[in-house]
Amino acid sequence: MARYDSLLDACGGTPLVGLPRLSPTVPDGAPPVRLWAKLEDRNPTGSIKDRAALFMVRAAEEAGRLRPGDTILEPTSGNTGISLAMVAKLRGYRLVCVMPENVSTERVQLLRMYGAEIIFSPAAGGSNQAVATAKQIAAEHPDWVMLFQYGNEANARAHYETTGPELLHDLPTITHFVAGLGTTGTLMGTGRYLREKVDGIQVVAAEPRYGELVYGLRNIDEGYVPELYDATVLSRRFSVGTRDAVLRTRQLVEVEGIFAGFSTGAILHAALAVAHEAVRDGRRADVAFVVADGGWKYLSTGAYGGTLADAEDALEGQLWA
Amino acid sequence: MAIEVRIPTILRSYTGGAKVVEGSGDTLGDLLADLDSRHGGLRARLVTDAGALHRFVNVYVNDEDVRFLGALDAKLNDGDSVTILPAVAGGAFGFAAAAAIAGHRAAVAAR
Repeated sequence: MARYDSLLDACGGTPLVGLPRLSPTVPDGAPPVRLWAKLEDRNPTGSIKDRAALFMVRAAEEAGRLRPGDTILEPTSGNTGISLAMVAKLRGYRLVCVMPENVSTERVQLLRMYGAEIIFSPAAGGSNQAVATAKQIAAEHPDWVMLFQYGNEANARAHYETTGPELLHDLPTITHFVAGLGTTGTLMGTGRYLREKVDGIQVVAAEPRYGELVYGLRNIDEGYVPELYDATVLSRRFSVGTRDAVLRTRQLVEVEGIFAGFSTGAILHAALAVAHEAVRDGRRADVAFVVADGGWKYLSTGAYGGTLADAEDALEGQLWA
Repeated sequence: MAIEVRIPTILRSYTGGAKVVEGSGDTLGDLLADLDSRHGGLRARLVTDAGALHRFVNVYVNDEDVRFLGALDAKLNDGDSVTILPAVAGGAFGFAAAAAIAGHRAAVAAR
């Protein structure tokens, strides 16, 4: 389908493309092991978050929580804010984003362009500062609506109702689904759907491992696990460091011509790990993974060029996924 | 048997500031007991009284989450690399701020 009534109707329905050059070579006579990329950068604002933003706003409208002219408040380090800004603009809401100042300049420019207002939280204060800032804003504006993507069932439902069915339709032989673990919405929704429909499906999480600044909590009890997270949906969970994420991001564009953001590199790293295990065990595998967004918003980091060590330094202390 | 263990900033008070320490054990549980013999108090920060991994702690063996490998019973081998991290990945800012606002709203609603 190539014609839509509005941009919001063009959300989802993204292509699934094979990666013949990056898929591992199998010995003669062995069952095939293939990698497939779900190009979520083809969504209206260029990331997978459009699906969740649209579903969360619709759910809030249907529940009567959101009325024309209302203000939406969302703490976000990027893509969700951009998606919400677009949806808010088209549906008639004002959006205020709270975000740390150590995100890429492109994200800030995009948010402002879509009409969002931004409140920065100092990067140096880490998450403790962010907590303080968020509490203060919430106290001052009790009438603002927070969609709370980390605990909003519509976030996961977007993927249960769209991403999962699309994948199964395009790749009925799917054996593995690999995606990034942030709010956990993509993995929970798509994972639940695929588990219901595909015997033996492996649902694999790739979690970005950031530099130390990001983990600068005062103690363990200040940690946070998103309300949406249900470990029983996952089969495995990998932690992927900056260097591996950058290496795979570069490999994806060099070998297959797909220009993606660094979270996708982390996801590809985990996808390759399970693909190579399948080759070793002589098992057939169709590994579908998510290309969460394109690389445009991260060009200013400089991490697409130079040595891997330079790139690692460039991304140190940044939320690159 | 030497296993390299990466310690997060917030737990380095137990390792004299060391970022990486070495230990041994056939399972993660054994390894943590071994580490605790030299870095007293460390184990109690990672394992609850009920004997499970603390909810806000993630432990990875060779970059894979041990909760999917048997948790404290996860098997270890010589040369493995173990990483301990607080559960904040995927955007420490967003998680912390979201939790704070949600907590605040719940408190307001309860009034």
